[in-house]
Amino acid sequence: MSENLAMLKYYFEFPFVRYALIVGVLIALCSSLLGVVLVLKRFSYIGDGLSHVAFGALAIATVLDITDNMLVVLPVTILFAVFLLRGGRKAKIQGDAAIAMLSVGALAVGYILFNLFPPVNGNVSGDVCTTLFGSTSILTLTQNEVWLSMVLSGVVVVLFVLFYHRVFAVTFDENFAEATGQNTGLYNMIIAVVIATVVALAMKLVGSLLISALLIFPAISAMRVFRSFLSVVICAAALSVVCAALGIIVSILAGTPVGSTIVAADILGFFVFSLLGTAKGRVPA
Amino acid sequence: MALLTVENLSLGYEGITVAEDLTFSVNSGDYLCIVGENGSGKTTLMKTILNLMKPLSGRVATGEGLQPAAIGYLPQQTQVQKDFPASVREVVLSGSLNKSGFNPFYTKVQKRQARDNMERLGILPLATKCYRELSGGQQQRVLLARALGAADRMLLLDEPAAGLDPQITEDMYMLIRQLNESGLTILMISHDIHAAARYASHILHVSRRPLFYGTKEDYVLSDIGQQYGCKVAV
Repeated sequence: MSENLAMLKYYFEFPFVRYALIVGVLIALCSSLLGVVLVLKRFSYIGDGLSHVAFGALAIATVLDITDNMLVVLPVTILFAVFLLRGGRKAKIQGDAAIAMLSVGALAVGYILFNLFPPVNGNVSGDVCTTLFGSTSILTLTQNEVWLSMVLSGVVVVLFVLFYHRVFAVTFDENFAEATGQNTGLYNMIIAVVIATVVALAMKLVGSLLISALLIFPAISAMRVFRSFLSVVICAAALSVVCAALGIIVSILAGTPVGSTIVAADILGFFVFSLLGTAKGRVPA
Repeated sequence: MALLTVENLSLGYEGITVAEDLTFSVNSGDYLCIVGENGSGKTTLMKTILNLMKPLSGRVATGEGLQPAAIGYLPQQTQVQKDFPASVREVVLSGSLNKSGFNPFYTKVQKRQARDNMERLGILPLATKCYRELSGGQQQRVLLARALGAADRMLLLDEPAAGLDPQITEDMYMLIRQLNESGLTILMISHDIHAAARYASHILHVSRRPLFYGTKEDYVLSDIGQQYGCKVAV
């Protein structure tokens, strides 16, 4: 045990490890907040679709040799988020299919681009693997990226707190909110933009294939146990932060890929909360 | 000027007319029940009154200083709500958002009003309970309390008794009548013509076109009222 602690202490002397922990926790916090909304709005699959769009956008940024790839990834993802959430309102089967098409389409095109225009001094499969599963990119964050992540996370949390009651109203009953004069279009737009931002950020942490886990697992786990919106939101946020920190620390100690380890921690959290929920359900309230 | 005036309204989706030639007005204190079969355009009419849909032609106007956004609305329950983690208090409070302006949080006034409305509908003891774990009748009361938070003059109710037991249905109608007697103007959609004939003051019977519009007393004596088996039970 003390050996592990000593090892952790050693690793945390490196700034990039500290960055990874800070950014990882912040991203996990934001994604869990938005995840509650996505899950309750029945839009879980949109998070998944967006993450693949972000992968495609990253491929384009790499091909165009844009060093700060966020400049491409963020706007493209936001654009598609607005498009999907707008369509999603009226979507039946076709909207569903559209998201699936977009999602695999972006994945395929992204991979083709990576192969046609390989990065100057990198290997294709390594880069693609990193983008899909996050593996090491969290440890290669520059100081600018850390600042960007911190600022964007802060904005997301502040927006969420300021619009909390409106987000609740729009999620619980959009028709009622609109009928009583709420600007539901605007709130949906804000939700879409924020989700896109979180997805683009989270790609650094867990890679584009695993982002959905960060969005969905904490929300679903919290819903197993808690029964009011506020408690679900707080619990999801806390659980997500704990799982992210745990995942990062374990990955350092055990040498496992960061993103996958965080997701594994989320899965573990889900089972624990499921058990808790069952136990709680048996006791008459 | 009436509280709500509907003139030559035609309703529909993408050019397909669902109902047309609707003209009626609702005065303060009225209890108008809109009856008709499924697909006769009742819900479409209500959505148009609430500005959720645009009419094909004609117009809906509010009067006596009633803002369109200050009409309380009791929608039919959606699938999403059936497993939504929300406390009764959270749901009821969300009704008063149209009074929030730019304030991101609820004021004391809004909280007290939510409490009063819960008390009025007998659900105050349920305030911290989870919405999805309530019975159908209790859920309707919660949504009704939320609607009251949005409005204190006019309520639109869309099939308030859908899916309720006969006894609970009766309770619900009594509650709505009490609200009407306390001064609220009620617009209710129902396919339950008998209940409409018992509680409403005015009836609009639609079936693509308006078949009848007038007071309840005239309705039960009319051909259409007789045809639908209304008993004279005034």
